[in-house]
Amino acid sequence: MRLGGRVILDRVDLQVRPGEIVTLIGPNGAGKTTLVRAVLGLVRTASGTVGKRPGLRIGYMPQRLTVDATLPLTVRRFLALWRPVTADRVEAALAEAGVAHLAGSPVQNVSGGELQRVLLARALLGDPDLLVLDEPDQAVDVHGQAELFGRIETLRRTRGCGVLLVSHDLHTVMARTDRVLCLNRHVCCHGTPEDVRRHPEYRSLFGGHADDLAVYVHHHDHAHAANGAVVPGHDGDCCHG
Amino acid sequence: MDDFVLRALAAGCGIALMAGPLGSFVVWRRMAYFGDTLAHSALLGVALGFLLGVNPLVGVVGVCVALALALVGLQRHRALASDTVLGILSHSSLSLGLVAIAFLETLRVDLISYLFGDILSVTPADLAWIYGGGAVALGGLVLLWRRLLAVTVDEDLARVEGMPVEALRLAFMLLIALVIAAAMKIVGILLITSLLIIPAAAARRFARTPEMMAGLASVFGMAAVLGGLYASLTWDLPGGPSVVVAAAALFLASAVVPLRS
Repeated sequence: MRLGGRVILDRVDLQVRPGEIVTLIGPNGAGKTTLVRAVLGLVRTASGTVGKRPGLRIGYMPQRLTVDATLPLTVRRFLALWRPVTADRVEAALAEAGVAHLAGSPVQNVSGGELQRVLLARALLGDPDLLVLDEPDQAVDVHGQAELFGRIETLRRTRGCGVLLVSHDLHTVMARTDRVLCLNRHVCCHGTPEDVRRHPEYRSLFGGHADDLAVYVHHHDHAHAANGAVVPGHDGDCCHG
Repeated sequence: MDDFVLRALAAGCGIALMAGPLGSFVVWRRMAYFGDTLAHSALLGVALGFLLGVNPLVGVVGVCVALALALVGLQRHRALASDTVLGILSHSSLSLGLVAIAFLETLRVDLISYLFGDILSVTPADLAWIYGGGAVALGGLVLLWRRLLAVTVDEDLARVEGMPVEALRLAFMLLIALVIAAAMKIVGILLITSLLIIPAAAARRFARTPEMMAGLASVFGMAAVLGGLYASLTWDLPGGPSVVVAAAALFLASAVVPLRS
């Protein structure tokens, strides 16, 4: 998958392979959501392309969902709205996401963490090749996060689907992700979680050590060497892992 | 019973039948004010119909469609909040309609019957319009039901799943326009929205599925038509407003009825 946006997002190159978990991190306003919306086809890119394998099925799990209280809708029925599916498949998807017991509850009554898993079940019903999860750690406590990421980890192994994850906190996803892309209106750095964690630009964005912060100047007509020193000339991505 | 009473009953029940499911969508999608705006523009459609020498109902559907398209366009530029846009369109189109009818001096238009309805003067031709339009509207709704529900729940999710969200939204507006054209004669353009939303709102507490709410809304609407017509004939009250008062009474009753939990 390739994408090159402008203004909000500049020179982004992103690929997700089958069975791979890629995490997008970055501060608020870094363009994470914009990039995800471009991947989903919800916004058009001013330049550049989003290339998808023909017939690629995307399962999207949004950050949140509010259903008007006037709509009488059970969780079971909510799952059946998006494509023609049998009742058995709905129950199976709910079980796979660990929320089979919620099938008969009004969708407005489930808690934040439960709703995340209902939304995961919804995404699974489309047999996705690529799962896109927008800040799944937002509405869930630490325990729920570990549970959810464990589940996603299992899913990519059993189903072999690629996973594109948006998060603002690398620590929660560190152990579960194959590659990390750190965004701040452009790609600050990318690579394995370890590479990114050591990267000075990541540290400056997310508060590393004070001595690292002191030498950091945010200009992008240059690149950073691994120790944080400024290397002239290179334009664009800062490090590759 | 007199023929005109039977026709009034048949017309009112036909409207209530299609207003149930469509009104439920208006409530779920929070489009009550939108429905009101479309209804207010209907008078302009009547005037245009007379001017062009076509059936006023054709004029009404035409103007409603044009307004629905204009709204979709205006909502894309978010310079003004959508309730402000609706307020502007609602009242300017109603006034435009009143002004246009005043220009038609040669025609004697019974303005009050257009504004508040004249259910006791329903003709067999009106009945044909109501049931023909109603069949088209309900058929369309059945066809689009699942996808319209999906778009109502979350437009982004529907779009990612490949649903034509804009087209569905437009189709829904067309269905509403059809109901307004058909219901104008019964309760009048100022009261049409109440027939859409009051029965649906009354049905909410008793419904466990969207279909149940839509069906119950139709039943409540028909009950309101029966009650309103009865009151109108017994005490010589205006028909349209009596039906709306009956619907409001039903809504109040539904709010206080205890539910088994």
